[in-house]
Amino acid sequence: MTRPTHRRTLQLAVGGTAVLLALSACSSSDDSAGASASSSPSAGTSSAGDLKGTVTVFAAASLKESFTELGKEFEAAHPGTKVSFNFGGSDALAASITSGAPADVFAAASPKTMQIVTDANDAAGEPATFVRNQLEIAVVPGNPKDVASLKDLTKSGMKVALCAKEVPCGAAAQKALDGAGLKLTPVSYEQDVKSALTKVELKEVDASVVYKTDVKAAAGKVEGVEFPESAGAVNDYPIVLLKDAPNAGAAEAFIAFVRSEQGAKVLSEAGFLNP
Amino acid sequence: MESRPRRAGRRQGHRSPVPLPLLLPALLGLVFLVLPLAGLLVRTPWSELPAQLTSPGVWQALRLSLICATLATAVTLVLGVPLAWLLARTEFPGRRLVRALVTLPLVLPPVVGGVALLLALGRNGIAGRWLDQWFGVTLPFTTAGVVVAEAFVAMPFLVISVEGTLRAADPRYEEAATTLGASRFTAFRRVTLPLIAPGIAAGAVLAWARALGEFGATITFAGNFPGRTQTMPLAVYLALQSDPAAAIALSLVLLAVSIAVLAGLRDRWMTTP
Repeated sequence: MTRPTHRRTLQLAVGGTAVLLALSACSSSDDSAGASASSSPSAGTSSAGDLKGTVTVFAAASLKESFTELGKEFEAAHPGTKVSFNFGGSDALAASITSGAPADVFAAASPKTMQIVTDANDAAGEPATFVRNQLEIAVVPGNPKDVASLKDLTKSGMKVALCAKEVPCGAAAQKALDGAGLKLTPVSYEQDVKSALTKVELKEVDASVVYKTDVKAAAGKVEGVEFPESAGAVNDYPIVLLKDAPNAGAAEAFIAFVRSEQGAKVLSEAGFLNP
Repeated sequence: MESRPRRAGRRQGHRSPVPLPLLLPALLGLVFLVLPLAGLLVRTPWSELPAQLTSPGVWQALRLSLICATLATAVTLVLGVPLAWLLARTEFPGRRLVRALVTLPLVLPPVVGGVALLLALGRNGIAGRWLDQWFGVTLPFTTAGVVVAEAFVAMPFLVISVEGTLRAADPRYEEAATTLGASRFTAFRRVTLPLIAPGIAAGAVLAWARALGEFGATITFAGNFPGRTQTMPLAVYLALQSDPAAAIALSLVLLAVSIAVLAGLRDRWMTTP
């Protein structure tokens, strides 16, 4: 009588532990947004010739289209590698890196957010600026409200979504507004640049201040209006290898690829400025 | 009070020790659920707490959260109790489908709920377009939008709770009332409603707690503007990006409020027939 009971006890305990482990595995892969990152063999010491495994890249939301493209090209150039991305607000990404999210590369939309990571000693080496991005006003197609300048956004009856001041696009927008001596009350402070743009795409707001690259990526769904004050609020995008990178070798190769001529071509086609 | 002797009786029936196959996973489960809360308490910057909590931004967000959650609960009561009655007391074709649809927001990711609300009630949404053109009403980016988003995710909690209570309540009281000449609505108002009051209260508290914690649908549908649509969970999320200490302090307030409400609810729920 006792034996089967004991065995069942053991089975249950093992089962329960397995469930817990599975759950914790799920949650950690959620953080890194690359389920295969933790399970793939890390090739930390491999030379450039035999790159393997997954490179986990945490990148600013505004890099989504161009980095996805770069990732594909990198994978094609180095068979056996996989680039896995976690796109989000730079601050949120920096926060998850400093709290231990397993990532190889961090590409931020501002030096300030990069500094969060370097201050926490989580970066290996100095961050390098690889592109710059300028702001543009995104409006509903056809520009029904005739937005021609930054000042037009402050007209009464205009619904504008801005990025929150905590995220780089919001900080840059605020800098441009301050530079022009304008006071703008938006209907919402969005958590990242893509959600600000989405509100224009859905026509829930008349305009938002986003990056040129975002307007370009959403071609057809929004229209861009350039404004001269944006020149005073250009954002530098730094990229860095992280200290605890599970796949440092391939990660270094990816950074080199982003900064190569081929990478610069993809990025400038997306509307980024060269540093 | 009534349940005490019954509970004691049950305990006597189980004098043997709790079997290990139950105890072990139960304890693991408990640790799993409580550990994150412990983490929050351990990392709380207690010395900074008074300053954090008295900052105007926090009060603004907390006040807005409490008001919106209460209004959302009122909406769920007005719409949800009749809906629960319909599901529990009537037969109509497709009732099971309706029931599934009603509970859908329970399992739907809140962000998806927010997107769906935008597409339905937004300025350019299928229904929102007419609201805008006929009445000049736009819900996104307004406090009313927060209430709508919260009611959307909280209503299923109330409906499920009330429907369960209705099913457990004896329908013969209502039948007796109607045979004595009361209309079906009068029977509902004078007989059923008092009968299921504890279930409604439990459902309302659950819905209120859910509305208070709502994040995804709110930030997607109502946006984020301090004093107008920035509720506590949104404030926590944005504070986390620039000032983690403030985020922890805000989380603690929300946690305290939620625990107080749920602890108050527990006994009531248990004694519900």
